Amino acid sequence: MERFNVYASRLITKKEYFSPGHRACQGCAEALAVRLVAKALGQNVIVSSATGCMEIVSSPLPFTNWRVPWIHVAFENTSAVASGVEGGTKALIRKGKLPDKGTVFLGMGGDGATTDIGLQSLSGAFERGHNFLYVCYDNEAYMNTGIQRSSSTPFGAATTTSPAGKLKPGQITWKKNMGEIAVAHNIPYVATACSSYPFDLIEKVKKAARIKGPAYVHVLSVCPTGWRIPPNKAIWIGRLAVETGVFPLYEVENGKYRITVDVPELKPVLDYLKPQGRFRHLTPELVDQIQERVTREYNQLKAKTAL
Amino acid sequence: MGERVGIEVSLAAAEAVKMANVDVVAAYPITPQTHIVEHLSELVADGELDAEFIPVESEHSAMSVCCGSSAVGARTFTCTSSQGLALMNEIVFIAPAMRLPIVMILANRSLSGPLSIWNDHTDVMSVRDCGWIQFFTENGQEAFDHVMFSFRVAENPAVSLPIMMNMDGFVLTHVIEPIEFWDQETVKQYLPDFEPVNRLHPDNPVTMGAFGLPGIFTEAKKAQDQALINSKPVILKAWKDMGDLVGRYYKPVETYHVEGAETVFLSMGSVGETVSLAVDQLRAQGKPVGQVKLRLWRPFPFEEFREAVRGVKQMIVIDRAITYGGVGGPVASEIRSALYLEENMPTITNFLCGLAGRDVTAEDYMAMFEKTEQMAKGKVRQEDYIIYGVRE
Repeated sequence: MERFNVYASRLITKKEYFSPGHRACQGCAEALAVRLVAKALGQNVIVSSATGCMEIVSSPLPFTNWRVPWIHVAFENTSAVASGVEGGTKALIRKGKLPDKGTVFLGMGGDGATTDIGLQSLSGAFERGHNFLYVCYDNEAYMNTGIQRSSSTPFGAATTTSPAGKLKPGQITWKKNMGEIAVAHNIPYVATACSSYPFDLIEKVKKAARIKGPAYVHVLSVCPTGWRIPPNKAIWIGRLAVETGVFPLYEVENGKYRITVDVPELKPVLDYLKPQGRFRHLTPELVDQIQERVTREYNQLKAKTAL
Repeated sequence: MGERVGIEVSLAAAEAVKMANVDVVAAYPITPQTHIVEHLSELVADGELDAEFIPVESEHSAMSVCCGSSAVGARTFTCTSSQGLALMNEIVFIAPAMRLPIVMILANRSLSGPLSIWNDHTDVMSVRDCGWIQFFTENGQEAFDHVMFSFRVAENPAVSLPIMMNMDGFVLTHVIEPIEFWDQETVKQYLPDFEPVNRLHPDNPVTMGAFGLPGIFTEAKKAQDQALINSKPVILKAWKDMGDLVGRYYKPVETYHVEGAETVFLSMGSVGETVSLAVDQLRAQGKPVGQVKLRLWRPFPFEEFREAVRGVKQMIVIDRAITYGGVGGPVASEIRSALYLEENMPTITNFLCGLAGRDVTAEDYMAMFEKTEQMAKGKVRQEDYIIYGVRE
């Protein structure tokens, strides 16, 4: 498999649709994920983006990093904008005003735009069955505004609004399981991905784009700035998230679960937590608590793949 | 010319949207807008209108869908009221900045609280500064005619701005009126196909909705303001052409018995017809009273308005919204500043009335005239507004 991946890298287009020169932080694995998604989808796409890091770093008027059609309206409404882009194009094609080019409609947003403020809009678009792909770039906090907690911030992480103090150990709630929320909408395709596993990510995005109806890909996007790690450790941390079972890579096609990057034996979560400054205050008891939860959830996921 | 039919005004407006061959309708139900979107969804369900009807989960999403569909070059319509407008407020301000020619009917209803479903203008006045073209209709015929007008003006490449057509809830939306329909041939002559200046399409990638750093933001806003100001000649031409086609000539400011008038009422929307009844009766009593109706609200028709009230000694401005603890109603406040540098500025009295559907009769307007005559003997300041008809 490893050797196949080395070979496969040559099959990935050298073209950049999310161009160099954007203003993301050093080591931003979210910008890398956006770049890989853009490569996977190619030229024939219309992107609707939420307000957030990726919007701000890529579109300072009059510049743009987007070599594909791209629209940003606001923060919480990306899925509705994408619904309009899809619906409008569909109507124009049906009425003979535009040729049908099989364009892919992509909605994208961070974890705040997806799991918090934009959840209603996303749920509405899933329920209405628009033919679009939504990619959530999850860096586990509101990084653009200065690392505030979201419902996607993991238990125990210190952020600027869930600081580790004398009474509270950082975030005191557990990460919202957005993948399962998407699955509950009975949409045809849901997957998780991580830019530390580029081929897995690209394959999933391509598959999601081919599928008719709503598709959802949740991408763990390591944020060195917010996670308090050196920029050159982002890819490594993303790998550890998968290898410890904290963020398993799987897909759900028409309700059928499949783990795409199998980890025969999970590494201890401490391997993942220890290098990150946002977890530095955790006590052994809290680490045990996290370990217990991660193991249980990983086993539950495994059980679903056997169904 | 089309036939004259007795029809509920909401249904007539929906029929006009159908005749405009709209591509996308996105809406969320709210009283008293519902009959318009219900009828549109029926027309789509029956195949009489080939459009995507997108039944969104909120007004915020309705306006967001409209932004997306307008950006790909689809003719786009939505419709809301009151709380719905308040919920979509954020996106209402973004649409004109992105120059998206969305057409929206606002079935005017009071903003909560207390919760009320009835008519006044507190909803539209909350978005006075949103950058849309905004105008008021007074009756069913005007509403029907102005659907075609709205698409034509908004989508004109020189304008490319969203347009908000105000239509009083219930008193206009839910009444049955005789309305002269246009035939499809007339619509075709009047309303060209929508050819967007830019559209989101893979063949010609564009970036829409980039963010503005301080170094460019002011210039972007100046351009937007200028675009709204520049829409006025297109608006006037669209009214002129409509008159030539269907025989009804509309103007930004309408007048009634202003010849020799010393006092004029100023109103917006459907109360205008009741005010006219009061003017008739006052004239019959020998009082030199007239009426000015503002149809166009944004861009504000300064020239036509000043011309209409030239030589007038007293103005009675009817407001249907409150500016709490401020300078009276929003309309009076604008009228005063529009006239501030005029010689012989009239005395302006300001009555806030008809809030949340409270009936205001011709007798009430006559009483306002009497009150104005008394007040005008002293000095009337802008904070001396009267909330009319409050039970003591």
